[in-house]
Amino acid sequence: MMIKRFPLSVPALALAGLLAFASGPALAAAGAKPEARDWSFHGMFGTYDRGALQRGFQIYREVCAACHSMSLVAYRNLAGIGLSEDQIKAVAAEYEVTDGPNEEGEMYSRPAKPSDRFVAPFANDNAARASNNGALPPDLSLMAKARKGGPDYLYALLTGYKEESPEGVTLMEGMQYNVYFTGNQIAMAPPLADDAVEYQDGTKPTLAQLAQDVTTFLNWAAEPELEERKRMGIKVLLFLIVLTAMMYALKRQVWRDQH
Amino acid sequence: MSNRFYENPVIKWIEYRLPIFHFIDESVGSGYPTPKNLNYWWNFGSLAGIVLVIMIASGIVLAMNYTPHVDYAFESVERIMRDVNYGWLIRYIHMNGGSMFFIVIYIHIFRGLYYGSFKEPRELLWILGVLILLTMMATAFMGYVLPWGQQSFWAATVITNLFSAIPVIGEAIVTWLWGGFTVGNPTLNRFFAFHYLLPFVLIGLVFVHLWALHVHKSNNPVGIDIKGPQDTIPFHPYYTMKDLFGLGVFMVFFMFFVFFAPNIFGEPDNYIKANPLVTPAHIVPEWYFLPSYAILRAVPEIGFISAKLGGVIAMFGSTLILMLLPWLDRSPVRSARFRPIYKQFFWVFVVDCIILGWVGANTPDAVFHGVPFLWIGRVATVYYFAHFLVLIPLINILEKPKPLPDSISASVTEDGGATEAAE
Amino acid sequence: MTDTVDTDDKTRRDFLLLSTMAVGAVGSGLAAWPFIDVMNPAADTLALSTTEVDLAPIEEGMSITVVWRGKPVFIRHRTTAEIKEAGAVPLDDLIDPEADKGRAQKPQWLIIVGICTHLGCIPLGQKSNDPKGEFGGWFCPCHGSHYDTSGRIRKGPAPKNLVVPAYQYLTDTTIRIG
Repeated sequence: MMIKRFPLSVPALALAGLLAFASGPALAAAGAKPEARDWSFHGMFGTYDRGALQRGFQIYREVCAACHSMSLVAYRNLAGIGLSEDQIKAVAAEYEVTDGPNEEGEMYSRPAKPSDRFVAPFANDNAARASNNGALPPDLSLMAKARKGGPDYLYALLTGYKEESPEGVTLMEGMQYNVYFTGNQIAMAPPLADDAVEYQDGTKPTLAQLAQDVTTFLNWAAEPELEERKRMGIKVLLFLIVLTAMMYALKRQVWRDQH
Repeated sequence: MSNRFYENPVIKWIEYRLPIFHFIDESVGSGYPTPKNLNYWWNFGSLAGIVLVIMIASGIVLAMNYTPHVDYAFESVERIMRDVNYGWLIRYIHMNGGSMFFIVIYIHIFRGLYYGSFKEPRELLWILGVLILLTMMATAFMGYVLPWGQQSFWAATVITNLFSAIPVIGEAIVTWLWGGFTVGNPTLNRFFAFHYLLPFVLIGLVFVHLWALHVHKSNNPVGIDIKGPQDTIPFHPYYTMKDLFGLGVFMVFFMFFVFFAPNIFGEPDNYIKANPLVTPAHIVPEWYFLPSYAILRAVPEIGFISAKLGGVIAMFGSTLILMLLPWLDRSPVRSARFRPIYKQFFWVFVVDCIILGWVGANTPDAVFHGVPFLWIGRVATVYYFAHFLVLIPLINILEKPKPLPDSISASVTEDGGATEAAE
Repeated sequence: MTDTVDTDDKTRRDFLLLSTMAVGAVGSGLAAWPFIDVMNPAADTLALSTTEVDLAPIEEGMSITVVWRGKPVFIRHRTTAEIKEAGAVPLDDLIDPEADKGRAQKPQWLIIVGICTHLGCIPLGQKSNDPKGEFGGWFCPCHGSHYDTSGRIRKGPAPKNLVVPAYQYLTDTTIRIG
């Protein structure tokens, strides 16, 4: 019935075919669709794996933080990945922040405190660009929420580098080939490889393991409320279902004389 | 309410000075006679009112923690998400509440279309409803700008630029809307002010909408007038209970999204702070604007009217045309139950609106099985307007309605619950 | 017969109504809590509710001002003479009697909130060239309140001594205020 109502003219179909052909190559330049992975924090009862979070934080500190800021996360938030107050203080104290002005009107440097946000590797965006061939390494605080595919995409990107670009693709100066990046040319050099960091807990630092851990950490950075949210959600839904069932029974009682 | 209640001295004292209890009773209590045959599609009106209250409550609390400045807006929203007590919960309620509001309102509108609730004597009630819809759309659009993400900024840019299609004074109007030469801090500030104001305008409109409703009472699934007390039951406890049960079901649906899929209606790009120098590859409005967006992009250049102006006219026209509906549809029968042809075209119209939404979600140059979305959008747009301007008047002439029941109570006793079960 | 059925039915209905109302009321109460708690201090505000201070660089006779919860806190490294002076005052001479011993955990370090208890001005006396009032402590320029070397009100309109905030020694020379 629908089809009959929308007769498509022959010229329209011809044009359609033409457009389909024209847009074909353009589509190929979009990144490949990342494979859906099974994350511990997915699903209604999902939680973060504390081990993965702490290993992921180690990767962030030793690898990502050289170029990427994480300006929305404070050191005190690390309690969420299972660090103690003293550990947090020790981590924070490794960084220097500019504070002030003091009574003499001078800005001064002091060790970071738990209440400070993660110290950025560069003073500002322009400094970051200047050190990275003109490309701005994006802030990672919300990365897991800010890309289609979320953690699946991050994992795919981190593991999607190819040493050789496929035939017919010429990479621009300083670019890398990545299967999942839009346009397939990414300025970030492959950040992870087997044994890129040394784990304290004996986990084998393979590329897949590193990508898994750092993605878990990045998802936590973007959604620190996730565990509390899901825990509360289960209770709220159960409560609402019970209350609704009671209201349904009451409604039936009230309407009985009308049926 | 019982006589015993009114004999209470405190109630008596108040009632003598301000008869508020009688007013409540006659509005939503046992003193308000309601058709006895309303089905669950009639739940969505009161549901919309409750969602408005939830939106205002969560919105006021968000406003306490939000900073309407281009340098701080994005960070202040993230502070709500991370540091403010239950901030994430309240923001997700507000964010998803917007989508819920439109789901409820769209069902409410389609219910009115199906059962002919817009017809005489409820034309003004219907027109007030369209004004509520327009105000909601403006509120939702400006609210979407406030988090100052990439989609916020570019949605503001694209939508305000629509006004530049107006001949001669268009550019001046856009500059006036912006308070500058691009979307910037003055724009964000005034959008925040309007986003806070318009919900209270909505309350006023809802009040007048309800006032008009109470004059001729609710329409009903058979679409015939109330002929006497045998056709009605008191609103309380019958419909208060039914509405509460419906509210429970709705809250389960709503809260599922809030707690388990809070970003499903949103775009990932809005978690990137607004950057006036970089446009995202794919700008899409929120889902509830997708049909309008498809109509906007469907219109080609026609004669001396540019594609831009034509698109803007068509987009606003697609909502405004609803106001003319009471005069386009002259069939004396309200309910589609007794209108065999209209009933079919109603469902085709529903499908057409869904197709428009689907087209709006895709780029115009994208292709579906060899057919470009641009053309699907054009056909669906033409059909949208033809439904109102051609098909409905034609159906009025060609259709022979089925015989109507004698009364509401007769329709209920004749086939018992059968009609309701079939609906 | 019909009567009993009706009564039974009514009882069942009343019970259902009351229990549904009770559950609904509990739910509304729980749902209201986030909307109340949202106005309490947020996590980032609470994170700044304590201030840690290293006392080591403050020489004897010097004072510093630190900010704690947005308020100035005076820290003075008192000289022996000042401590002696503060301890020697008979309590009967005081407007707000309080022994110096109870106002400083370690006598050489006096830690007080630097807000005049009269109308909220910040007293002078932190810098070496500030007026310190008639009792060698602080002097409030707004309405002329004089505080002694223990921060106690001695003369002027202020009703109370300068407040000693809660603090604890983390090591011999670092304290946490709050």
